[in-house]
Amino acid sequence: MKKISFKLNGETRFLHVEPNETLLDVLRDRMGVKSPKCGCDNGDCGACTVMLDGKTVRSCLIFAIEVDNHEISTLENISKNGLSPLQKIFLEKNVFQCGYCAPGMILSATELITNNPHPSEHEIKEAIAGNLCRCTGYTPVIEAILELTKKD
Amino acid sequence: MKAYKYIGQSVVKVDGKEKVSGAALYTDDLEFGPDLLYAEVVEGPHAHAIINSIDTSEALKVPEVLAVVTGKDFPFNFGLYMKDRFIFAQDRVRFYGEQIAAVVARTPQAAKKGAQLVKVNYTPLPKILNPLDSIKEGAELLHPELKNYEHVPWFFPKADTNIAHHRKIRKGDADKGFEQADYILEDTYEVPRYSHCAIEFHAAVAKYDHSGRLTVWASSQSPHTQRNLFAQALAPLGIRHNDVRVIAPHVGGGFGSKAGVTMEIIAAAIATKVQGHPVKVMWNREREFYNTYQRLGVVAKLKIGVKKDGKITALKHDLFWDAGAYVEYAANVVNAVGLSAIGPYNVENASIDSYCIYTNLPPGGPYRGFGYSEFLFGLESHMNRIAAHLGIDPIEIRRRNIIKEGDLTAYGAHMNPNGLLQAIDKVAEEIKWNEKLKSNDPDIALGKGFSLFWKAPAMPPNASSSCFLKFNEDASINLLVSGMDLGQGFLTVMAQIAAEILSVPTSKIRTENPDTDRNPYEWQTVASHITWGCGNAVRKAAIDARDQILALVSRTKYLPVDTLYLEDEKVKCTTHSKFELPLKDFIINGIQMEDGTFKGGPVIGRGVFMPEYSSTNANPETSQGGHPNVHYTVGAAAAILEIDIQTGKMKVQKVVEAVDAGKALNPSLVKGQIVGGILQGISTALYEEMKFDHRGKLLNPNFTDYKIPTALDIPGEIVPIIVEVPQPDGPFGARGVGEHTMIPIAPMIANAIDNALGIRIKTMPITAEKVCLEILKKG
Repeated sequence: MKKISFKLNGETRFLHVEPNETLLDVLRDRMGVKSPKCGCDNGDCGACTVMLDGKTVRSCLIFAIEVDNHEISTLENISKNGLSPLQKIFLEKNVFQCGYCAPGMILSATELITNNPHPSEHEIKEAIAGNLCRCTGYTPVIEAILELTKKD
Repeated sequence: MKAYKYIGQSVVKVDGKEKVSGAALYTDDLEFGPDLLYAEVVEGPHAHAIINSIDTSEALKVPEVLAVVTGKDFPFNFGLYMKDRFIFAQDRVRFYGEQIAAVVARTPQAAKKGAQLVKVNYTPLPKILNPLDSIKEGAELLHPELKNYEHVPWFFPKADTNIAHHRKIRKGDADKGFEQADYILEDTYEVPRYSHCAIEFHAAVAKYDHSGRLTVWASSQSPHTQRNLFAQALAPLGIRHNDVRVIAPHVGGGFGSKAGVTMEIIAAAIATKVQGHPVKVMWNREREFYNTYQRLGVVAKLKIGVKKDGKITALKHDLFWDAGAYVEYAANVVNAVGLSAIGPYNVENASIDSYCIYTNLPPGGPYRGFGYSEFLFGLESHMNRIAAHLGIDPIEIRRRNIIKEGDLTAYGAHMNPNGLLQAIDKVAEEIKWNEKLKSNDPDIALGKGFSLFWKAPAMPPNASSSCFLKFNEDASINLLVSGMDLGQGFLTVMAQIAAEILSVPTSKIRTENPDTDRNPYEWQTVASHITWGCGNAVRKAAIDARDQILALVSRTKYLPVDTLYLEDEKVKCTTHSKFELPLKDFIINGIQMEDGTFKGGPVIGRGVFMPEYSSTNANPETSQGGHPNVHYTVGAAAAILEIDIQTGKMKVQKVVEAVDAGKALNPSLVKGQIVGGILQGISTALYEEMKFDHRGKLLNPNFTDYKIPTALDIPGEIVPIIVEVPQPDGPFGARGVGEHTMIPIAPMIANAIDNALGIRIKTMPITAEKVCLEILKKG
């Protein structure tokens, strides 16, 4: 067990972790943060996406011990201030179906439009290509991001 | 037509905010406290073997292991349509990875460690990995007890064979029909197994408390059916239906995989052995692939005879289904296809034999489309080939043969009103069917493909839905139903139905996934029947509540009931324009009379729907005489496909699909089904394939080796089209569309390849490799 501390959704947290505990398991099972989901445990599906120091990562592929002194944020961090414009357009357009991929997908899309406020369709596809969705066919997700980010 | 306020509107989903905010909780997100136990399943490493002995002694010595359970603890059969399945393997294993035992411990690590120490001694048996081998003379019997299994009355197992069910259609005289034909085409099409690939794993937590109450939290499409099957299977332990409670949180995708009962019963059963503790059973991605249901594989032999003008004179369709080790659900896929494998055509002479065949592969079961994708691959490929031979346009030959309202289906019932012709016209127009494609790149070939589709809900004739509708003081509503919102938007549409009838906005109607203690009965959320079936129950409950409201106002305000109506959450009167009574003024506490007394009380609506005209009573030799399917949903699809002739790599440039929704209660949700279904269809057509080795072991049970599309793999353009020819017994004319949207995709693509290159692929998936090899062969 090693004692680590990291900023989680703006709050500094302390805990003891085993070296083989994944960040995903620690977030979900020990810190009660449930928006990152497990869909493969293998880095394929992106449902476990979280932000590490502002960049999206797969929390199933990272050990909790690695985030000592770093900053983690999840979809809860965005939602605590009300829905973001991206979340709002996803809601209004009935974009998601089962919603299981939504937390990861929204973080990937948020990262994209933060760095690139007017992405092309291909850039959007590239940005969310690591987030598997079996329900929507992706088209509604892409169209909503395009609509939100189009130049006036 | 009356203008609707909520019906036909693209209302925002009632659970949308939960899902975009991350608040939505799925089964594995729930907390069960520090007493939660974890179970790890022990799996058999043989596709077919006798279990001689199981030694659990070492596993029980692992610290924090509380119990090890095996088949001996639960010697019960269970199953939805045929009781051929077991909670844990009994005397033998029948597929690679079948559950044999489970170790229950305080931590997942201890449970895993214990599971590795369970020693099982096997005697391997000959295994059968192919349905055609399974029906050979002298084949090893997979279920010698087949003749003793309980099953629904519309199944016909063949004792002392591996055929668990045979659905037979004999309509008209097929032999005579073929004699009359000017041209006959006969060929075989093969479709392999597929995995649903819902992103959420199966998960179940069960607690059997010291009062004898069994509560199960499960990721489920079928909470009431699960309760029923748990209670049936565990009845020997003294458990009754009202002792069992199934709670269904949000579901992270189903596509059929979470219908019926699979791994959930393991949690329910184990809980009875560790009374007082909640116990969790979690599947992982690998088990999602090899130990839930898989889509069945099929070898389909198809023969169609036609006149010179393309009119079908006879059809013979023999389907040999690889149904897997247990067919309690799969046999009904086989049955459904048997009833419908003439496709959406008016065929006077038909002979269909659909065989449900046991193999030593994982259990087949329901998958979006319920067998229709599989048989339409051959049938819709065949139609194009016949058209080409006769020199008739592929769409024209379909127009000449399509089934119309009132025509007889394969089992002799009348076809329902439908917009198939409209769907064909709209798709043909949008894809510019008559315009020739021209490729500007010599390495790229372009082709257009077309396919029709149809599908009926496959349900028992008495599958029913029900609804309680409770008003609250502020005239908001709790709508209690037990269908599952799998993402299709079921709950939203139910709220829209109630809103329309009661004039209460959908924002004031709360409707959530069910708890079987609180919510009334629903059969299952499968078969694309839920909008239609449960929608009817909600409609009836809302009408029941409305009638109570109007009757109360009539008798207390002395106004004729037929002059009263609801508008904007108020009761109004056609003859007194100034009369209006807000619902919130009386909906709970009643209406006060001059003498100070109150009349009325809380308004509670009740609605039940069962299709009372449906029947499976029919001649088993012909299937004539009953009315097994309530109706069909139909449609058409077309695509433009580009093929790199150097590599065989394909890209769908454009897809158009029209589906007859009867009435699109929420067009944005219908379009969501079309767009999502198209990509799932493209994926099965082009990319996905299960690979089993000679042992029957699945070699690619993960997303690295079993590819599903990413955002980079979508078609260039998708045009969803909604056709609306009302379903007479549907709520506001609606019928289901959820499964249908993926059904036409594989034959549509096969037909596009043929159009582009003159190459006919008769086995799925249609990989780039297969296409490239055919191009090379052609020279």
